[in-house]
Amino acid sequence: MFRKGKTNGRAYGSGVLRHPKKRYWVVFLLPTAAAFAIGFVWPFLQGIYLSFCSFVTTADAKWIGVGNYVSAFRDRGFVYSFWYTALFAVVALVLINVLAFAVAYVLTQRIKGANLFRTVFFMPNLIGGIVLGYIWSILFDGVLRWYNTSILLETWYGFWGLVILMCWQQIGYMMIIYIAGLQAVPEDMLEAARIDGASGWQTLRRVTIPNLMPSITICTFLTLTNSFKLFDQNLALTGGAPFQFKTLPDGTLSTIKTTEMLALNIYNTFYGQNSAARGTAQAKAVLFFLLVGAISIAQLRATRNKEVQQ
Amino acid sequence: MTKRILPLVLCVLLVLSGCTNTGKPAGGEEKGSVYWLNFKPEADTALQKIAKTYTELTGVEVKVATAAQGQYESTLTAEMDKSSAPTLFVVGTQAAVDTWGDYCYDLKGTDVYNELVTDDYTLYDENGKACSIGYAYECFGIIVNEELLDRAGYDVEDIRNFESLKQVAEDIHARAQELGFDAFTSSGLDSSSAWRFTGHLANIPLYYESVADGGWKECPPEIKGTYLDNYKAVWDLYINNSAADPRTLATPGYDAASEFANEKAVFYQNGSWEYTNLTEKLGMDADDLTMIPIYSGVPGEENSGLCNGTENCWAVNANADPADIKATLDFMYWMVTSDAGTRLMAEEFGPIPYKNAAPTPNVFLNDASEYFNEGRYNVTWTFSFTPNVEAWRAALTSALTQYCSGGSWDAVETAFVSGWATQYQAANS
Repeated sequence: MFRKGKTNGRAYGSGVLRHPKKRYWVVFLLPTAAAFAIGFVWPFLQGIYLSFCSFVTTADAKWIGVGNYVSAFRDRGFVYSFWYTALFAVVALVLINVLAFAVAYVLTQRIKGANLFRTVFFMPNLIGGIVLGYIWSILFDGVLRWYNTSILLETWYGFWGLVILMCWQQIGYMMIIYIAGLQAVPEDMLEAARIDGASGWQTLRRVTIPNLMPSITICTFLTLTNSFKLFDQNLALTGGAPFQFKTLPDGTLSTIKTTEMLALNIYNTFYGQNSAARGTAQAKAVLFFLLVGAISIAQLRATRNKEVQQ
Repeated sequence: MTKRILPLVLCVLLVLSGCTNTGKPAGGEEKGSVYWLNFKPEADTALQKIAKTYTELTGVEVKVATAAQGQYESTLTAEMDKSSAPTLFVVGTQAAVDTWGDYCYDLKGTDVYNELVTDDYTLYDENGKACSIGYAYECFGIIVNEELLDRAGYDVEDIRNFESLKQVAEDIHARAQELGFDAFTSSGLDSSSAWRFTGHLANIPLYYESVADGGWKECPPEIKGTYLDNYKAVWDLYINNSAADPRTLATPGYDAASEFANEKAVFYQNGSWEYTNLTEKLGMDADDLTMIPIYSGVPGEENSGLCNGTENCWAVNANADPADIKATLDFMYWMVTSDAGTRLMAEEFGPIPYKNAAPTPNVFLNDASEYFNEGRYNVTWTFSFTPNVEAWRAALTSALTQYCSGGSWDAVETAFVSGWATQYQAANS
């Protein structure tokens, strides 16, 4: 009599073939988990610890309590950049998603050269933020020069410049997600809508968009968090300029960098001032994490509720 | 059981294999090695040459890394946290001593310290620890292409003060079309060039204010900006007598050194560190080059020399391995005593404040000595007192940009004067 699993060779009897997922998950998971722990979890925990410390390098941190958080909240520039970033995020969120959806919609209508357009629209996404920032600053100034001004001179130029840059960069990426979503809308539903005599708008509103909700969730999540985390483009395009100088009632000068977003503000606090400010910057970074986390969770909840099961 | 353990063992091996490389060069253990974090991109070529020579001669590994323009502080912070931290780094101002003092090895009494001819460039902390020692003097002013000046019908001797500088510059600018070159190179306000004006040019009003105050010994909490009109006069002269449109100065793309080397302008405000770049990289003839003081219309400036000083100060990492500290001190000693070392230092940096200093081919530094020997006064580097220097300069850059596009000078004054008080408070709170 043969015993099952023995006579058919070792490979047949090995656990890999019999229960691949059950037993060997750890082999596949551990490298990533280790990288995540080393590259993210540990620095993150250390970052939280450092926000309660005074330090020059992470090795010489001294515990000082919540003082860093107090100075972070007292910093007018930080509060300003929060509102500036929030406004930017809302505008960029709406514009990028509406335009990306529109482009995706057009490019799924079997028009000539759709593949070429998809590639072209996606390409800006492959260029790094710093390079983009510098290129766009030259482009904007090339135009603004005719009007005797520069992107560095007006807060609103800087704002819209950044919005245009981000749209240009991100629409292609979101477009790809929307195209995938649009192609996954069940053909029978669309056909049923057609037979029932639904107009194009009704089909879009009642069939396509509800089916597209998973794509909308992921795209809004990405645009929202990307906008809040924006750093390279901000640094290269305006670097926070123009600055606004205001003498406060107590005689000190408050310098607001009027196009400085949160991430850049944290960076400038960390390196631009004396070493005592490093703890403050760290505290700002922790607040920044909580903020982005809270906003993204709220947004995910809100859009998830609208997703339909196919 | 073995089947369960095997994957775990594999994973552990995988992780460990990624961790075994500690970044320490093989064979560097007994001899020690040197890791120099340099802060001036323009000096990088020179330092690499020195490092290579030393390694060839002694076999001791010398690694030179250079931080990008304006990124020294962030690079140093990151590097100091590593297990293979720099053994030799730059602590060039009192503010840097306040931040990095704990990391500095006390250089007092070391062989290299004993070779110093002056204590002027040694920075001490409040306990009297010698945190850093100067390794080179530098000077800055207005670099002149004498050949072009001659073609325009003038001589360096014609420029004795702001009035004459203005007259020559305006005349050249007016005839730029016919001459084929302009008076000044572009005064770019992007990050690669703004420091020439918010740092070095700003030294002029700061220096004269300090002199009027009896000479600053430490960073004053407030400044008055008494000589800001002079700053404005020079700035106006720069931007109005150049081929570059003032409104475009903040956009990246200007390269003043190339403009100067390509004979597009006669005057170029920069320092002695540009010598190697201009003569070796850009191929200019050293005989055509000279440096004159930045005249700004301050009474008595006919007697002023160049702006001499240094932020080039060596500090040795106290937390480094003792063998590496010794290797670093030996390397420093070699640079200031050996024939090859002093010659290289003289070629690349100019006169060094050490007993065995070799003569230098750097014409700008020789000009500086000449002015000094003529009995002219030295315009010291007063800008090294600037509180939160990067933040103060960034605000000044922004204000100058606004001014260049037709904005009012008030913003520059505010950034200069109130900005100082604000940054002082921020730095000392």
